[in-house]
Amino acid sequence: MANLPNINTDMKTNSRYSNHSQDMCPVRLQPAEDPSEFDILVIGLNHKTAPVEIREQLAFSNEETAHALEMLHKEANIREIALLSTCNRVEVIMAAKNSVKAVETAKTLMAHLKKIPIVKFDQTLYIFKGDDAVRHVFRVASSLDSMVVGEPQILGQIKEAYHMAIEKKTGGVILNRLLHRTFFIAKRVRTETGIGDHAVSVSYAAIELARKIFGNLEGKKALLIGAGEMAELAVEHLLRHKIGELYVVNRTFERGVNLAVRFNAQAMRFEELSDCLEIADIIISSTGSPDFIIRRDQMKKIMRIRKNRPLFFIDIAIPRDIDPQINHLSNVYVYDIDDLKGVVDENIEDRKKEAIKAERIIDEAVIHFHKWYESLAVVPTIVAMRKKMDRIAKTEIDKTLKSLSHLSDTDCQAIHRMGDALISKMLHDTIICLKQNSRYHDKAMQLNITRRLFSLDIE
Amino acid sequence: MEIFEIIISSLYVMGAAGYLIYLFLQKDHFQKIGYYLLIAGFGLHCISLIYKVVRTGYIPVNNLHETLFIAGWALVGVFLIFRYKYNLKILGVYAAPLAALIVVSACLLQNEPGQPREIFNHFWLVFHIIAIFTGEASFALACGIGILYLLQERSIKTKRPGFFFKRLPSLELLDATGHACIVTGFTLLTIGLITGFIYAHVVWGRFWSWDPKEVWSGISWLLYAGLLHVRFAVGWHGRNAALLAIIGFGVLLFTFLGVNFFFDGHHGEFTKY
Repeated sequence: MANLPNINTDMKTNSRYSNHSQDMCPVRLQPAEDPSEFDILVIGLNHKTAPVEIREQLAFSNEETAHALEMLHKEANIREIALLSTCNRVEVIMAAKNSVKAVETAKTLMAHLKKIPIVKFDQTLYIFKGDDAVRHVFRVASSLDSMVVGEPQILGQIKEAYHMAIEKKTGGVILNRLLHRTFFIAKRVRTETGIGDHAVSVSYAAIELARKIFGNLEGKKALLIGAGEMAELAVEHLLRHKIGELYVVNRTFERGVNLAVRFNAQAMRFEELSDCLEIADIIISSTGSPDFIIRRDQMKKIMRIRKNRPLFFIDIAIPRDIDPQINHLSNVYVYDIDDLKGVVDENIEDRKKEAIKAERIIDEAVIHFHKWYESLAVVPTIVAMRKKMDRIAKTEIDKTLKSLSHLSDTDCQAIHRMGDALISKMLHDTIICLKQNSRYHDKAMQLNITRRLFSLDIE
Repeated sequence: MEIFEIIISSLYVMGAAGYLIYLFLQKDHFQKIGYYLLIAGFGLHCISLIYKVVRTGYIPVNNLHETLFIAGWALVGVFLIFRYKYNLKILGVYAAPLAALIVVSACLLQNEPGQPREIFNHFWLVFHIIAIFTGEASFALACGIGILYLLQERSIKTKRPGFFFKRLPSLELLDATGHACIVTGFTLLTIGLITGFIYAHVVWGRFWSWDPKEVWSGISWLLYAGLLHVRFAVGWHGRNAALLAIIGFGVLLFTFLGVNFFFDGHHGEFTKY
């Protein structure tokens, strides 16, 4: 019985804390009294805040990341740390006791490691704390913060950053949980919204169109006329979709042969273009010709020879190579660069709409995370533990008492009291251990394990 | 019996609703719900038809009510087969509402039991009726696929990927499925006509009697034969094939309903109401 009053005071503390936190800025996640207080912090810069010159200078290679992680982890103030560096952003995610100090440390280290003065990049930095930091990490991973909203690479890059932190043992309970939630949320955003649907690059939009015409591209024949970066990108996409054969036609046969070798394709002479038109299904054209190289009348005849098998022209050249009139023939589709850009713009608009849904999913996730994070404090854990035990004891006692009908009310009360006492005695050591202020133990870890041992989290 | 038909109709109507919600929201489970509702409705439909046949001893095609009811049954059955074989989910957006429409309008029509005649219970006639109805259901699907093809083709040609671009499958899949429907329908129609001729010969002693229904069936058959011919010989894929499938079904619908309204003949009773 000795411990009961103790728990009551704890509960009071708890309620005081919750009132307290309502008065305060809701961003702060930790109760002021709790010894295991740290903030989740994000400090970084991205393509919106920093010009490319600065991003280049601050980009971390894998070795540099490992080194930085080790250096920062040595700081007593910083408990957990992960570092994300891509071509569009550099971000340090930390769990630290003193956030102001931690930010300063991170800045100094970045300046020191990359050998640029803080003043040069200080203006471009953003700093998020608590819920805002959590939201930021969720948004980045869901590709809402990317240059091209919905692009899928960023999630993989965050996973790499996480593995690096695991490898260097700089992660901990909080980052672990945060990043696992992040992966889960990013996946949810991807499946539940259309944010990743539909191409937002010209070359990929062309491939998507081809798939709407032909369905499966496997085994289809493609023809590349001319050369050029965008055309070659489109060809690479096609090859990834396992097209059957690729022909390359170039005015200079030698260049055609070189390209053909690169793509494992068949080079043809420019004079053979007509023959190629008869067999190819997808034609990507990107020549420097000032005039159309394929005209409507020519195509009309060829379509008859092709027995009207569908044909898709992707005209990336400026000025155009393919007579736009060809689009009016049946079963032939001609898209020039402007058409493709139009498609891309529409898709980008769609993604923006989908992003609103994604923000809602993320807001929800931030609230859930906040709840978990709060529960990491000592008091709520003890309360939850006690409540759970009480519930179990009550059920069992009630069950037993049902079969013991001859007992008087006083007897029953005595049994109930015994139950309470048993619980208090049994939890006593655990509670003392949780309440101890120990510099040698990771409090968050302890709490997390306790919650798992007693399975206090419903999630 | 009535209550049975109402349950079947409402299953189809709900299935159609599932598919329409799927069309707008693009959530796969609505499509699945629609599909399962159709399967459930079809199962009941089969049971109710078998029950009718067993009870009366005749295939129930005595009036427009019964004929439409069988037409709806054939349509759903053929749709389920094609849906299973080609995995063309979006086709339900056309087939389910059409089936619901047919069955509901059948329910609204009065079911005045016609005079079942002895001639109805003939082997060739049973064959004739089943082949014709499933064949026509295939053509109905071909028409729907043709419509979907034209919508998708339009969105690609006009370079404005709008509502349908994302929701409809590739042109090639639509074209192939549509073609499969036409081939199936044509085969069944041919079988139906032949069995019909044989039956006519058995009953009336002549194969062909210039009955308006016969004439129009012949026209439909020729039209579809032409469609298949130009596809193989000239390569009329895609748009033209889709257009022909739609026109063909229009002629077929006229043969099915219109002929009975405008002309007289020995098929008259089926669609009288």
